[in-house]
Amino acid sequence: MSDALVQARDLRKRFGAFEAVRGIDVDVARGEVFGFLGPNGAGKSSTMRMIACVSPRSGGSLQVLGMDPGSDGPRIRARIGVVPQLDNLDTELSVRENLEIYGRYFGLSRRRVRAKAAELLEFAQLTERAEDPVEPLSGGMKRRLTIARSLVNDPELLLLDEPTTGLDPQARHLLWDRLYRLKREGVTQIVTTHYMDEAEQLCDRLVVMDDGLIVAEGSPVELIERYSTREVLELRFLPEHRPAAGELAGLVERVEELPDRFLLYTADGERAQAEVARSGLRPLSALVRRSSLEDVFLRLTGRSLVD
Amino acid sequence: MSAPSAVPDVPLAPRLLPAGSYAGRARMLLLRSATASRRTWLAFVSGFFEPIFYLLAMGQGLGSLVGELPGPGGASLSYAAFIAPGLLAASAMNGAVFDSTYNVFFKLRYARLYDAMLATPLGPIDIALGEIGWALLRGGLYATGFLSVMAAFGLIASPWALLALPAALVVAFAFGAIGMAATSFMRSWQDFDLVTLAVLPMFLFATTFYPLSVYPRWLQLVVECLPLYHAVELMRALTTGAVHLGLLSHLGYFAVMIAVGVVLASRRLDALLLK
Ligand SMILES: Nc1ncnc2c1ncn2[C@@H]1O[C@H](COP(=O)(O)OP(=O)(O)O)[C@@H](O)[C@H]1O
Ligand SMILES: [Mg+2]
Repeated sequence: MSDALVQARDLRKRFGAFEAVRGIDVDVARGEVFGFLGPNGAGKSSTMRMIACVSPRSGGSLQVLGMDPGSDGPRIRARIGVVPQLDNLDTELSVRENLEIYGRYFGLSRRRVRAKAAELLEFAQLTERAEDPVEPLSGGMKRRLTIARSLVNDPELLLLDEPTTGLDPQARHLLWDRLYRLKREGVTQIVTTHYMDEAEQLCDRLVVMDDGLIVAEGSPVELIERYSTREVLELRFLPEHRPAAGELAGLVERVEELPDRFLLYTADGERAQAEVARSGLRPLSALVRRSSLEDVFLRLTGRSLVD
Repeated sequence: MSAPSAVPDVPLAPRLLPAGSYAGRARMLLLRSATASRRTWLAFVSGFFEPIFYLLAMGQGLGSLVGELPGPGGASLSYAAFIAPGLLAASAMNGAVFDSTYNVFFKLRYARLYDAMLATPLGPIDIALGEIGWALLRGGLYATGFLSVMAAFGLIASPWALLALPAALVVAFAFGAIGMAATSFMRSWQDFDLVTLAVLPMFLFATTFYPLSVYPRWLQLVVECLPLYHAVELMRALTTGAVHLGLLSHLGYFAVMIAVGVVLASRRLDALLLK
């Protein structure tokens, strides 16, 4: 048995004639936070559902916790936690009952789930709402409850499918904080996201996924070093002053033209900005920033992550 | 209590369902339903009174015009004593059908409740058995209540009537199983008109309110195929004491319904949710 908690080789998922996952190789090591970064429709959820043993693979091999999801589904599911893309809390139960009853599905005793629920309510900062119904909770609270629920069986591996999509910045930061805590406690996590900041914040290592394929793999820093420059100069122009991309090409390593702006990739953004001014161009605004995974994605696929 | 990771390998129907479909924890769904029903007890209670209203309106009211009817053993019966076992069978059916259709459809299509359950060691068979089991308990509870009312009105003629309770559980199980299987094929709430279309005529025509002998032979054959007919015959034999071995054929009918319903419902859940 390898050390990898998850090992996929040429993993595929077909829905009828359409292939959503087209042969990916993945290794997730114990203790790391591993990310799938990619736009909507990249095949992230399809992959996560196969790992969670709720969707049979169409091809390739897959091992989770050293077992085969095809034949050991229940045994694997007993040891993992799942936060699905869409919340599926039990709306007929209270916040606390959601945790307790879910624990019972894992075969935990009454006493055990009662203690565990109290601990998880604290963790999710929902103790005050314990006896409330689930429906009126805010999006962030529901998400925290879903994460708390996924921890009820003390999973070795936690699968989080777009944990913060649709949440406001404050709710996202609170959630990230909880996920850091879990990482410190040694829980291996697999996170999907189409937010590059989330991937940079959370992931030790990630794969960039597009159209059912993995197009790059590494730590956020490695990926940025390999596929982008240190800095980016963003230029916006009035339509009448907008230059052709060719005019900018000579100034920096690489230029990307987006509908509303140009991205100039360079090690030194300030200097590039000065050269732009010297060459007589008249940008409406100029912004120097550090490269991000968004730039990596743009470089690899020619498209933005979030449209 | 079993350890959390100990998942028994119980291939209930190895050829009919994929491996890992059953964790042996269907009772956890009963626990969930019982917990949830604490907030919806009113709907629960209303199902208890419905057959009693029928018994009062038709048994006492209409019964005073009808007079006596021939019972299954040949002895004559008051009209109320004739229809009461029919209503008992119908209430077991109604409780189970309601739970396994409307309630299951909502959980399946809207609440994504079963998706959440399948992320745990539970499998489709646990879900099917758990939900059908709840429908059965509910049907059984209604039957107990109604049997007590029958006893209080003096409509029970035999100690065999005690067996009407387990019989009602079997009937509820069978209707719950078929109801859940049918629900897995439904695409929208409109499809539920079909449930009404199946249940209401059965309630009215499957010998609940008058004996089979009122029909011409060909229609009798049609009625004899209906599940509620078998439930009514069974109950009527038990509450009047006209018990004979032939009653086992009714049980056989329900055993087939249960087997078909559970397997079909589990397979459909598997196909719908684990794709
Ligand atoms: N059950 C399904 N049936 C048919 N197509 C599906 C199904 N689930 C996902 N897809 C398709 O597979 C592709 C990948 O979907 P998904 O894995 O959800 O992507 P992501 O999570 O990266 O947004 C999409 O084109 C989606 O429409
Ligand atoms: Mg997704």
